[in-house]
Amino acid sequence: MSHLLEVRDLEVKFALRSGDITAIDGIDFTLDQGERLGIVGESGAGKSVTGFSIINLISKPGFISRGSIYFEGNKISDYSDSQMRTIRGNRISMIFQDPMMTLNPVFTIGFQMIETLRAHKKISKSDARAIALEKLKKVQIPSPEERLDQYPHELSGGMRQRIIIAISLLVNPAIIIADEPTTALDVTIQAEIMDLLQQLCETEKMGLILITHDLGVVSQVTEKIAVMYAGKIIEFGPTDQVVHSPVHPYTTGLIGSIPGSTAPGEKLLQIPGMMPTLSNIPEGCAFNPRCDLCEPICTRKTPPLEKKQNGTMAACHIKD
Amino acid sequence: MFAFIIRRILQAVVVMLVISLMGFAIKNNIGDPVRDLVGERVTPAERAKMADDMGLNDPFLIQYLRFIGHAVKGDLGRSFLYNKPNLEVISQHAPATIELLMGTALIIVLISLPLGVQSALQPKSKLARFTMSFSTLGISMPVFLTAILLIYVFAVHLQILPSFGRGETVDLFGNGYWNTGFLTRDGLEHLILPCLSLSSIMLPLFIRLIRSEMMEVLETEYIKYAWAKGLSPARVWMVHAFKNTLLPVVTVFGVQMGITFAFTILTELVFQWQGMGFMFLEAVQRADISLLIAYLVVVASVFVLVNTVVDIVYGFINPTVRIVGTR
Repeated sequence: MSHLLEVRDLEVKFALRSGDITAIDGIDFTLDQGERLGIVGESGAGKSVTGFSIINLISKPGFISRGSIYFEGNKISDYSDSQMRTIRGNRISMIFQDPMMTLNPVFTIGFQMIETLRAHKKISKSDARAIALEKLKKVQIPSPEERLDQYPHELSGGMRQRIIIAISLLVNPAIIIADEPTTALDVTIQAEIMDLLQQLCETEKMGLILITHDLGVVSQVTEKIAVMYAGKIIEFGPTDQVVHSPVHPYTTGLIGSIPGSTAPGEKLLQIPGMMPTLSNIPEGCAFNPRCDLCEPICTRKTPPLEKKQNGTMAACHIKD
Repeated sequence: MFAFIIRRILQAVVVMLVISLMGFAIKNNIGDPVRDLVGERVTPAERAKMADDMGLNDPFLIQYLRFIGHAVKGDLGRSFLYNKPNLEVISQHAPATIELLMGTALIIVLISLPLGVQSALQPKSKLARFTMSFSTLGISMPVFLTAILLIYVFAVHLQILPSFGRGETVDLFGNGYWNTGFLTRDGLEHLILPCLSLSSIMLPLFIRLIRSEMMEVLETEYIKYAWAKGLSPARVWMVHAFKNTLLPVVTVFGVQMGITFAFTILTELVFQWQGMGFMFLEAVQRADISLLIAYLVVVASVFVLVNTVVDIVYGFINPTVRIVGTR
């Protein structure tokens, strides 16, 4: 077991009244120490569910129906809730999408930082406060001592996201899972936060799983990319290859739709149609109704994720 | 915080002025104080002179200002029924009612908090289902019926609890003003049934309020984040979720205790409880307008006081309120 994190054949279902719906349909990926992986896709592709399933915090009625997750050689997908708590916030930290909603409004920043430390370490309150202060300095927050006694509503969105990053650094995380960490922020703040995350991952040798729909951000920060579509990984490989020579028509479409990928004044490429709802996924390749290259085989057989010529893995019958 | 408190108190004063104006307007227009004092046998000429002496012919505003002036000094007029100052009559009856309310508040807090939280955390458990169906019953039953049922079961049938009066009381300050039932076993036993029937209206409401607030809070992002930080269930539920649940509950508690105060009239009647409600009913029967108005002003000031205190407490729990106040 050489990988830091290994996800094998993970399947997540949601138990609804009308029957179970598959949100994640058998995905595999690995992450090594200090490695940065981006998970990209449209809303509803299963990116966030993938992130939450790693620390077993999928919102009800979702549950892991198949597959296994190994972390540092242990099969954490079999862990009980109390065993899982020794991982959450300690070895694997999460950063949520909207920093305005993530911190509890009725407790001070210091309170919320100190309790995290004390949940994982036997440590006095004053020592915990000192560590909290040190981490706040690390995320380059102005006047960190003051922040400890402030309430979340007294801080801006960018500052709150810095504080959440500081909270995730508090103990000794091996992996940070960041679920759209900059979507709710201003563009200028977005770049600052991403730079900070990348720089911290490098200096602290932390792994990063960056979940986003923004291919531009992913291509700057991560080393590997997994593109998800309708609950499956449809392309997986080194960031350079995936961004510059994508194999899957969906990835090609995603990259073509980034502003700046076409000549100025020209229309942006657009993927026609919408992603199917999870209860209504088409037979064969889930992308076939929106695909220009669709052939009869695409509507009959699900393409396997296989090695392609440029070195990435992709799930497409047509392209090599 | 200081500015917030000052502002809140000023608001309370304004509300009190409006209420006193209404009270005075009623007093000014209903009944004839001269007749109340001297009866029918005095000649019209003498009555007119008395009315003049008492200032009853002065303009409304002058009379109102005089009324306020007296009220501020603690003089709310005289009750001809008891032949004592109104305030003294009321303050002699107040402790009984206050103790009734305190007992009721205690029962509501002690029962609704654990049951409400439990039914939010385990909504499908047997206890939660029982709580929910029982609280529907409690909401739909009127107080006097609950009271009579309680008397029938515990006083008449089982004969384990007394059905009327305050029982043995202790003079708290030795001056006859505050006779408390909290210090003797007999006094406490007498408190149980009235408090239970009074709390029966608000208890179901609070269980349901706490339950729905808690369930809503448990779905928020910051609770999910608390789990993601690796906190224990006890901490996530009892610290992170509980404090946020309390915010709206505290506000509603203040308002509802005021309404409960109003319901004491019924409860005191059924249990022959010598409190303010009982006194109020007597005053109504004997048309003691002066005492009724004094009662109105006192009850209103209690309402305003409770709500002001609740708002200030809320300011302490909810940090976002304080910012608004200090700006």
